[in-house]
Amino acid sequence: MKNGTLAQPAQKATADGFMQGVRDCLPTVLGYLSIGFAAGVVERTAGFSMLKIALISLLLYAGSAQFIAAGMMMAGMPPSAIVVTVFFVNLRHLLMGAALAPFFRHLPLWKNVLLGAQLTDETFGVAATRLAGKDRASFSWMLGLNVTAYLNWLVANLAGGLFGDWIAEPERFGLDYALPAMFLGLLALQWRERANGRLDGIVALSAVAVAVAGSVWLSPHVGVMLATVLAATIGLVLEKRWGTGGRQS
Amino acid sequence: MSEAFFWMLLGASVVTLIPRILPFIVLSKIHLPDWGMRWLGYIPVAVMAALLGQSLLVADGRFAPQPEELLAAVPALLAAYFTRSLLAAVLVGMMVIIVLRNLA
Repeated sequence: MKNGTLAQPAQKATADGFMQGVRDCLPTVLGYLSIGFAAGVVERTAGFSMLKIALISLLLYAGSAQFIAAGMMMAGMPPSAIVVTVFFVNLRHLLMGAALAPFFRHLPLWKNVLLGAQLTDETFGVAATRLAGKDRASFSWMLGLNVTAYLNWLVANLAGGLFGDWIAEPERFGLDYALPAMFLGLLALQWRERANGRLDGIVALSAVAVAVAGSVWLSPHVGVMLATVLAATIGLVLEKRWGTGGRQS
Repeated sequence: MSEAFFWMLLGASVVTLIPRILPFIVLSKIHLPDWGMRWLGYIPVAVMAALLGQSLLVADGRFAPQPEELLAAVPALLAAYFTRSLLAAVLVGMMVIIVLRNLA
């Protein structure tokens, strides 16, 4: 295995290096800046000091969970209730991690732990799309992607805490749409890369239907997980029944 | 730092960290069967579609399609598909939504 990676160092270093990971993270920067900024504003409103905002961004490092934690703190809820809620909100990482982990099997455990600890919806989306059709990924590339997203998140939260009162109506500037637009882009790229159009389309539509129904009748976090598990299972079952669809063509 | 904040931060960070790193620990040791890998292959599309469905079709816990957001989704999707650039999707989507919200 060592020889295999040493055999093509020059080529690999430029194609999958740290800086390439940083560049691949750039499209997520706008979306995360706006969400992080909003989180910073909410945290500030909940009475968090700049130190607390920095700590929660670096240690919890999860968008919706930080909103919820700040909101529940503000409402005077006990830490235990917040921790349980955050656990369910962030349980989706389990599924995303499982989808990415096989690409990093060749790495030592500590590197796997390091990469997993910085998993987010956005870095997952970028990584899963870039890695579609490959069988292993580079540690430094993923680290570049992760570290860029991490620092961007910290800066965005702090900026929200500092300047939150000054910016009115961020919706007018379309900032809140950067994130959905990025996921739309990732889906379009996945569709191209995987060349599995019919099945991926059915999986995507099932996921949307279950996520919407789950969000309305259960809760948004349960909705996402239920949608992911059910839609992926539908994909697998149909693939067994129909063969791999358009994958050969 | 208040005691409540400290325990909240510690607990929330730990329960977030565990599901993040657990798959990377377990799956670096265990090889999944082929169907397991195929199932995981559908996870990215499913997660992203689910998150999108929520942001475009749900508001305040109710089924509420967002007309401007849905309209802007079309050029964003096309931009990514034809340019293969994620940044293009983000910029096109934002530009269209700005126009729709401010002019329409």
